[in-house]
Amino acid sequence: MRQTRSVEIGTGLFVLLGMSALFFLTTQTTGGDDFEADSVFVVEARFENIGSLRERAPVTMSGVTIGRVTGVNFDPLTLEAVVEFVIDARYDQIPEDTDASILTSGILGSQYVGLQAGGSDIYLEDGSEILFTQSAIVLENLIGKFLVNAGSKDEE
Amino acid sequence: MHRTAQDIYDSFVEFARTFGAFQLFFLRLLRHSPSMLTSRFGVVVGQVYNAGALSLVIVMVCGLFVGAVLALQAYSNMSRFNAEDWTGVAAALALLKELGPVMTAILFAGRAGTALTSEIGLMKATDQLSAMEMMAVNPVRRVVVPRFLGGVIAMPLLAAVFSAVGLFGAHLVGVELFQVDVGSFWQQIQLMVEPADVREGIYKSIVFGIAASLIAVWEGYNTVPTAEGVGRATTRTVVITAITVLVFDFMITAVLI
Repeated sequence: MRQTRSVEIGTGLFVLLGMSALFFLTTQTTGGDDFEADSVFVVEARFENIGSLRERAPVTMSGVTIGRVTGVNFDPLTLEAVVEFVIDARYDQIPEDTDASILTSGILGSQYVGLQAGGSDIYLEDGSEILFTQSAIVLENLIGKFLVNAGSKDEE
Repeated sequence: MHRTAQDIYDSFVEFARTFGAFQLFFLRLLRHSPSMLTSRFGVVVGQVYNAGALSLVIVMVCGLFVGAVLALQAYSNMSRFNAEDWTGVAAALALLKELGPVMTAILFAGRAGTALTSEIGLMKATDQLSAMEMMAVNPVRRVVVPRFLGGVIAMPLLAAVFSAVGLFGAHLVGVELFQVDVGSFWQQIQLMVEPADVREGIYKSIVFGIAASLIAVWEGYNTVPTAEGVGRATTRTVVITAITVLVFDFMITAVLI
């Protein structure tokens, strides 16, 4: 009987340890969604070019992550990219004329949406659209422009 | 010339026969599994202890060092691009998606798989399995199925422990030794590791658990019932499991990526 008891205790401890390791891996290593569905509001913005912005990219204001991109779609009528994102409901006093730009963290980092506060007294709310947007800077275009400039200087 | 062709043909047929018998054996185990899990759960628990709890020490020690060496390698490469913060990400992704499941499966084959094979093989060599049949006890159901299930249950848990301890090892090297900022170390991990990456590791560990346990009990059950036969079966378990796991790993990654 002694034998069975220690085997059972050992098995129990092992399974508990395994489960807690799984729990640790699923909760601590993944970003998870710290923005729950009931305490957020959805905002939309249209961009000419979103670069490589993807779903789950952070939405930041003054460098603080306040939301997450939930959808990237293409509008066939206006030929623009429609980016949908959620913002934590705590931040319900963001001026309506805030502008959104797509920025890159570091030189090769992933892209995120940066919000720059405006001055309006009317605040963003669920379903609002941000009207002032600035597209992503595409590195290839930048290099292309730079090369053209360099070329024209040489000719002078 | 004719002899060679005949030999090749014979060995091909023999291979097909073994492979088919292996599949049928798997189906037999699956058929007995549900009733074993419900009616004789205590026996299965004992096998989870043998396969899982007793493998914990080796899995944790190896996990710690694998995580540590990953961080070491990642740091020395990332620091060339001033991207030391990414040390954790490189180690975490490698652990969760590849090294956790694969290393655990290979350690599992060495620690638990060989024990299963030699135990069942020795039972066969000493006619215990035949004795059970004489007593109208089905040896597959009574002996093989609980050991198989024990391995299948233990393996994903072991792989999770391996990855978690490995991350701790990476933390020790990255944060404590190389002074990567602890905040950016973990924040980068949380930013870059997707739930799909964790899921990939879990799927892999489940598949490898089934493969490793199945191969171990199959080799044991089909041992040539001599002292030499048991030794050979034990070796085959490790070799075949290692190859199977690595091939499956490639295929699963190719599908999931």
